[in-house]
Amino acid sequence: MGFGFLMDPTFRLVATGSALIGAVGGVLGTFALLRRQSLLGDAMSHAALPGIVLAFLLTGSRDLPLLLVGASLSAWLGALLVVLITHRSRIRPDAALGLVLSVFFGIGMALLTVAQRRPTAAQAGLERFLFGQAAVMLPQDVEGIARTAALIFLLIFLFWKEFKVLAFDPAFAAAMGLPVMALDILLTTLTVLAIALGLQAVGVVLTSAVLVAPAAAARQWTNRLERMVILAGGLGALSGVLGTLLSTWIGRLPTGPVIALCASGIALFSLLFAPRRGLAWTVKSPGGKRRAGPSG
Amino acid sequence: MAPFLFARREPPAPGAGPVIEVTDLTVMYGDRPVLWDVDWEVPAGVLMAVVGPNGAGKTTLLRTILGLVRPVAGSIAVFGRPPAEARRWIAYVPQRTAVDWDFPATVLDVVLMGRYRHLGWVRRPGAQDRERALEALAQVGMVHLAHRQIGQLSVGQQQRVFVARALAQDAWLYLMDEPFAGVDATTEQALIEVLRGLKAAGRTVIVVHHDLQTVPLYFDWVTLLNVRCVAWGPVTAVFTADYLRQTYGERASILSG
Amino acid sequence: MLAPQVEIMLVAALAGAACALPGVFLFLRRMSLVGDAISHAILFGIVAAFLIVRDLRSPWLMIGAAGTGVLTAVAVDALRRTGRVKEDAALGLVFPALFSLGVVGIARGVGNIHLDLDAVLLGELAFAPFDRLIWGGWDLGPRGAWVMGGLLILNLILILTLYKEFMLSSFDPDLAAISGFPPAVLHNLLMGMTALTVVAAFDVVGVVLVVAMLVVPAATAALLTDRLAPMLGLSVLLGLLMALGGYGLAYALDLSIAGSMATVGGILFALAFLGAPAHGLIAQARQAARRRERLAQQMLVIHLLSHEGTEAEREENCIRTLPAHLRWDPAFAERVIDRAERAGWVVREGDLLRVTEAGRQAAQEILGANGGAPSHPPS
Repeated sequence: MGFGFLMDPTFRLVATGSALIGAVGGVLGTFALLRRQSLLGDAMSHAALPGIVLAFLLTGSRDLPLLLVGASLSAWLGALLVVLITHRSRIRPDAALGLVLSVFFGIGMALLTVAQRRPTAAQAGLERFLFGQAAVMLPQDVEGIARTAALIFLLIFLFWKEFKVLAFDPAFAAAMGLPVMALDILLTTLTVLAIALGLQAVGVVLTSAVLVAPAAAARQWTNRLERMVILAGGLGALSGVLGTLLSTWIGRLPTGPVIALCASGIALFSLLFAPRRGLAWTVKSPGGKRRAGPSG
Repeated sequence: MAPFLFARREPPAPGAGPVIEVTDLTVMYGDRPVLWDVDWEVPAGVLMAVVGPNGAGKTTLLRTILGLVRPVAGSIAVFGRPPAEARRWIAYVPQRTAVDWDFPATVLDVVLMGRYRHLGWVRRPGAQDRERALEALAQVGMVHLAHRQIGQLSVGQQQRVFVARALAQDAWLYLMDEPFAGVDATTEQALIEVLRGLKAAGRTVIVVHHDLQTVPLYFDWVTLLNVRCVAWGPVTAVFTADYLRQTYGERASILSG
Repeated sequence: MLAPQVEIMLVAALAGAACALPGVFLFLRRMSLVGDAISHAILFGIVAAFLIVRDLRSPWLMIGAAGTGVLTAVAVDALRRTGRVKEDAALGLVFPALFSLGVVGIARGVGNIHLDLDAVLLGELAFAPFDRLIWGGWDLGPRGAWVMGGLLILNLILILTLYKEFMLSSFDPDLAAISGFPPAVLHNLLMGMTALTVVAAFDVVGVVLVVAMLVVPAATAALLTDRLAPMLGLSVLLGLLMALGGYGLAYALDLSIAGSMATVGGILFALAFLGAPAHGLIAQARQAARRRERLAQQMLVIHLLSHEGTEAEREENCIRTLPAHLRWDPAFAERVIDRAERAGWVVREGDLLRVTEAGRQAAQEILGANGGAPSHPPS
């Protein structure tokens, strides 16, 4: 087993795609984390599955952008249903998330058995969206990822201070006259886009890991939102590249779990050893009232 | 959205009647009335406390003035306009517990949020805004902590940050929800001095307050609220045992002496 | 010996019913997603336990895997307590990591476990009739039925014997502690029950759809009843319905069995969400319309009373100007005044509305003992 593939243009392409996906996930995951919506990402990524399969069934096309539009629409619908269920019934967010996540995924799996009966199903390779398969990325796919990522970064840059105040103090943002609802919709849409990109490399089952883990890791290293977003993007990109590299190197592995493991490893290391907040430092001073982190 | 786009700074027409005018206001929370047929007026330049028992609708009243809660009946005019239009002249201090203090932001970051309204979309805070924010921090005695992470502050310091953020807004009407809750005596004194300063500068300040003992010391006007507006006016006129009993029931007898 | 389809349905129904029971308590404790985390983490548990016992059928494998599930719940809680991350992030960090480890283990064929990734997601219900429990030369039926049936009985026994303890600790952990029922013990018991059930049901419907069996029946039952005992009963019933209906759907349309079960669960929930007698959307809309008119009638008398005997009375309490003052649509105002008149709360005196003695009493009752005084303008 050599390292020749590092020079391979295909590998470089795939690594670039994965890095971008990881970076987008880390940046939007930061907002999801701070708004306590980490698990909404999980529900949305699972909810994307029926959209992918339906897009294939309705059009018969295996065009990636088209499948991802289907994924985005159904992820959005999932998020909307979570909000509807929690606002209009006694069901609390945890159960509403679990409901949407498992039912949408179930519908997706049921539709997948329909899709598999189509003669073109094998080439469509819909199964790769379950656990991700970065290796099948094409040049035009990576180009699409790069365009979407650029759009997402631009919008976050433009609405930076609005998103910041929305995440910190929505009541104040509303009192200030900011259109909180519109901003919320925009941020959710960007998160849905990040998830749609993530599906290719990480898959519906584990995309949420790319949102949560890099952001949680970055939070341990800095107390500034600006730095946290950049760091989370960087750590996400690192997980993407590392995961793709490892899964290519080891072979016979879907990339999703490997990327998720890399991101989780980085998060674990940060939780333990980040300066000041690292848990390893608090263990050494038992009973000490040193507050590295806040309560609540 | 429009008023935010064109961040105008002109002061509201001075001397043109009351700052807030509320008529026949009813607000529901779910299927429970929180404010019932409230008539209320706030003249310009007062330092007013809003007191009443728990669940009296004090926070709801502030949120309705801000246009964050839609009333089921009645009307509100702030500076003679609907609440949504008047927001540019209002600064709001929410309850301290409403936000996540582990948020990755420094004290200065939070105070700078008070400048966002003046900046409008896309533009970033500049040197001038930074200066104004530091000035606001100086007013509450917090300049030395400007670069501290907000999670490392004490309760009193967190409250000072919130007040500084409101000061940085350069507003004409200040709405504060329990700014003295849980703060130490020094902070309380410091904050009340700031509020007096605002009043002296001709601004109107409305504070939801829970400590009846200090009402006559700190405020010149008071509103007694318990779902209905029991009474409002100068402290000397309406902060009486009789009205307090109507607001709190018999429990308020501590003050009758 | 039963027909294979009947055997599959039996196993699925038992799994649905067994999951529905702990699901109710997870729902009440707002821990439905802990169930989600446990069902993902046990995959790692199964792989790890297999490496030790080397036997896919050993009960120790099940217990070991369930232990991992309980440990996950403990780990999430410990991580949250450090204050470094919030609860949602703690969950979101722990279970994808463990699940990924499990998937990697299986994909790499660690210890030659014969599971493929499809089975991880969807279970192997269709194979249930081939795995039989043979004892003393007798064929006792599919093993899955015995395992799921055993767990259903175990869950039933636990919940029936500790009914009041579970109820109290879910509703008010402090009171439970004071009353001598340590909430931590009950909590861990519930986690153990959940984990064991999930490990067993994993074979039937796979990782993600176990979540459907834990969450959907309980949430649907919560829309249909306000009391715990009927909620448990309904939840079990819905679990059965979901499993049997799902199998029927899968059989009729040749779909994935597990996917169909979750789909049927979603349909059942949607029906309850819209049509539940008291908590459904339709019932809520009807109640809201009724409440709005009743409230408006109350608002009318209170408004009339506050301006009674003041100079503004002619202006405020006049039928023509009233809609403008209260910001009501004139037609709506007319309806409300009619209602109030019929109720005997107000009478018309030309253009002026006056509150009757009955209306006065009604207003006093609405306002209660406090806040009954009329507004006072500043003096």
